[in-house]
Amino acid sequence: MANVLVNAPKTAKKGEVVEIKALVMHVMETGFRAGTNGRIIPRNIIEDFTATWNDREIFRMKMSPAIAANPFVSFTAVAGESGTIAFRWTGDNGFVAEHKVSITVT
Amino acid sequence: MIRPGSVSLLAVFAASYALAQGDGRRSGYQEMGPALQKMQDDDTANPAMLFVQAGATAWSEKAGTADKSCADCHGDAVVSMKGVAARYPAFAADAGKPLDLEGRINLCRTTQQQAPAFGPESDGGLALSAYIALQSRGQPISPPDDPKLAALRAQGAALYKLRQGQLNLSCVNCHDDNAGRKLAGATIPQGHPTGYPIYRLEWQALGSLKRRLRNCVIGMRAEPWPYDATEYLAVESHLMERARGMTMDAPGVRP
Repeated sequence: MANVLVNAPKTAKKGEVVEIKALVMHVMETGFRAGTNGRIIPRNIIEDFTATWNDREIFRMKMSPAIAANPFVSFTAVAGESGTIAFRWTGDNGFVAEHKVSITVT
Repeated sequence: MIRPGSVSLLAVFAASYALAQGDGRRSGYQEMGPALQKMQDDDTANPAMLFVQAGATAWSEKAGTADKSCADCHGDAVVSMKGVAARYPAFAADAGKPLDLEGRINLCRTTQQQAPAFGPESDGGLALSAYIALQSRGQPISPPDDPKLAALRAQGAALYKLRQGQLNLSCVNCHDDNAGRKLAGATIPQGHPTGYPIYRLEWQALGSLKRRLRNCVIGMRAEPWPYDATEYLAVESHLMERARGMTMDAPGVRP
């Protein structure tokens, strides 16, 4: 399981705009660099990042080789109902990372 | 009459004065812009905290043929490791020589856990040293008053002044004589090791003080010492002595 750090509020008022920040550990190897043996290091990046709020998609991002290692993503969402915010990163070599946080909307 | 502009300028000076040690010493943190300082201060934005998280897991994981974890001997790191990173390098009686924190971790690993030592700059070793260094956050750097370290510190102080490489530079030329000025676009810090291991944005990875020193040596176009050379220990000891009393802010983010 990959290493993930998520910063999302535990509580919010209905209709409030909340900021959600997600950081994931990943080398984001571009596929353009040569190693010490002169051979190209194969590409190894995260391709997709999605966030869902009670299974409804609230944020999606396609990542490219130009994104630095350990990508940090910050976005906002309007608080609808209480429940679970789920994060999922998928990428090369079958990379999958998942994380869930719960939020109470009043 | 004081114009609003000069008031805010005064406030800025006052703020930076409050941050400084009062003796003119400034950490690398204080040389960074507000965006990077914020990145370091927010534990969910500081990428080094990913390694800390891995280190916290590794702390209580059994390893080696002795099937022991760090926690089996040392208990809760929050208690037992408080201020430890602020003391190293220190003389290790069981090794009969001075060791830095990475060396200490590896000694525990090979003798107590009977597991293979972490390689230089390996993820496993860095994660543990980041987790241990975090427990010294806010603590003053306090190298031990151990006469056994005197020779090493003297060697470090001499190396710090030694001109090396094709550029014929010593550490003093940048970090004492020109600290605070620019080297290309970057501010030259005074070189106080307050935040190690650091997440350096240029590296896109966590790295130890040793890696930073290798970088500087290569920058002077000198040949870096091999990873196990005592020269690093010597310079590290001197730097910690030079930064005595400064506040640890590990694990730091640096440009």
